[in-house]
Amino acid sequence: MATHPWDSGSVQEIIVRLKGKPGALLVVLHGVQDELGYIPPEAVPLIAKELNLSRAEVHGVISFYHYFRESPPGRRTIHICRAESCQSKNGSELEKYAKKKLGIDYHETSPDGAFSLEPVYCLGNCACSPAVMVNKEVFGRVTPERFDEIVSEMRTGA
Amino acid sequence: MSASVYIPCDSSALSLGAERVAEAVSIEAVRRGADLNLIRNGSRGMFWLEPLVEVVTPEGRIAYGPVQTKDVVSLFEENFLSGGEHPLRLGLTDEIAYLKNQERLTFARVGITDPVSLADYLAHGGYRGLKRALGMPAAAIVKEVTDSGLRGRGGAAFPTGIKWNTVLNAAAEQKYVVCNADEGDSGTFSDRMIMEGDPFVLIEGMTVAGLAVGATQGYIYLRVEYPHAHRNLNAAIESAYQAGYLGGDILGSGRRFDLEVRLGAGAYVCGEETSLLESLEGKRGLVRFKPPLPAIQGLFGQPTVINNVISLASVPVILDKGGVYYRDFGMGRSRGTLPIQLAGNIKHPGLIEKAFGITLRELLYEYGGGSASGRPIRAVQVGGPLGAYLPESQFDVPLDYEAYTEIWAVLGHGGIVVFDDTVDMARMARYAMEFCAIESCGKCTPCRIGSTRGVEVMDKIMATQDRARNIALLRDLCDTMLNSSLCALGGMTPYPVLSALNHFPEDFGDESRGWAGDAAA
Repeated sequence: MATHPWDSGSVQEIIVRLKGKPGALLVVLHGVQDELGYIPPEAVPLIAKELNLSRAEVHGVISFYHYFRESPPGRRTIHICRAESCQSKNGSELEKYAKKKLGIDYHETSPDGAFSLEPVYCLGNCACSPAVMVNKEVFGRVTPERFDEIVSEMRTGA
Repeated sequence: MSASVYIPCDSSALSLGAERVAEAVSIEAVRRGADLNLIRNGSRGMFWLEPLVEVVTPEGRIAYGPVQTKDVVSLFEENFLSGGEHPLRLGLTDEIAYLKNQERLTFARVGITDPVSLADYLAHGGYRGLKRALGMPAAAIVKEVTDSGLRGRGGAAFPTGIKWNTVLNAAAEQKYVVCNADEGDSGTFSDRMIMEGDPFVLIEGMTVAGLAVGATQGYIYLRVEYPHAHRNLNAAIESAYQAGYLGGDILGSGRRFDLEVRLGAGAYVCGEETSLLESLEGKRGLVRFKPPLPAIQGLFGQPTVINNVISLASVPVILDKGGVYYRDFGMGRSRGTLPIQLAGNIKHPGLIEKAFGITLRELLYEYGGGSASGRPIRAVQVGGPLGAYLPESQFDVPLDYEAYTEIWAVLGHGGIVVFDDTVDMARMARYAMEFCAIESCGKCTPCRIGSTRGVEVMDKIMATQDRARNIALLRDLCDTMLNSSLCALGGMTPYPVLSALNHFPEDFGDESRGWAGDAAA
């Protein structure tokens, strides 16, 4: 996901465009994260003001949901499925391998800014476990060798 | 003559390279000057054969699979566009036993049609249910669904007709239909396959629900992990609006139904209906106390039908062919069909829609072909992360809500995850507690604190610390979570934990069952 520097104008535009929807907060947060790759803490007061909520309420929602993040991600976010089906096909080994390969743990970003690593609990690709998602692309039957291929393709493509 | 070729756009097929195969087929066709009509269908649900390429011939659709890009040139060489012989040729798709022996009612079109083509949907019997519903009084639509015996396919198995009737009889200016598409259970993907492979059937089912209960606004609460489903749903909704199947005047009837997709944000608990409603309202997904039921006070405090994707997607066939037709499938009080999802360590994983009553043994060995690793199957988790682990001695129990209740197990959303004999069931029990701790909404103490204590106790058991006492403590903790949690997350986490402990005590070093490990330690 592309990340852009914090820009109050673009955030304001997103909020104004979406705030009329019933129960708009999640829609607005998705809008901001789609645009910037994360929800900058500086955006919270703007969102709160426009939606007539307290900053605590907005922060509470952001922190409740695993998907929303308050810091910029790497150029690509790798989600590794930790759920049962993937575990039954050596998913735990893949997790260990990926952390070692990237040199980072979950919720961290590689020093070169190329990859962020996040756990995910099911991608609905359980018939092709273990599963990995890179940004919005899903990969199935991911062995450590396949993981290496994916990562090196991404590096070349980045 | 133009040859029609089908290559799935289902995300599991894509995860195995379907996009690249489709590109390679297009490029090779251009290179050879072959006239090709490439259609991106949903998946037939035979995932060990994906990417599955199908070609239309006078005899029917011929399948080839699993196809990789390296196979594409040879497919053209062997004239696959006319159904030519090839090592990957599987014959007529409909004759493949895995598919042929199914009873596909809800999944009738998935894998066959172009998911986002309204014309294709109509050509395959789509919108017949809605057209019939438009000529019926609301109560008659509800009665048809009640007569079908349909029960909530999300896992709770509550009779859909009774829920609808409550909303129909609730007086309000505004009512809602909400589709729970937050399919978070590991081992389940039937909702995803419907939304990617036949989104119109869900739209039609929700529209019928709106007519039945007097609701004019629908929301599909979709998990953010399903980007392909999101795209197909939005494309289908747009087509439905343009053709007058959604909006202010459905097919000239003067009836209104609007529909919008809303995205979740990675919280498992939002699959719980009241948590989902909170999330739709833009809040933290905290579980609500019940009563009031969502049918009385649901979204924005208004009467709301909230159903799972499969429940709603089963409504069109019920309206089209009648509740009695649907009810004639199944056994006991479990009527109709269940789209079963076979996953994990299994040779032939996939989607198997069958009438209730089939056994795990048939699914695991006749459909599934045994484990993928070739090792013996040791444990099977049915019904997602909150479902029990079943040992081989229970493989002959028919898949039926009541029969599963009797063995302290659940069918849930029909997901089946297979483990071979390398599985450590103590680790799986610990994971169940860990998952609950990560995903707990935090509103009730048994779930919020109990799950964390559960992880700690499991760590002690796994480290062979004072096992007899810690196992007793684990049972006590599970009893508290089971009986005093606010929703199924805390309330059902004991299912995987205790079933693992009860059926596989040797993995916990349970001394009461004759394990000698502690003495040695």
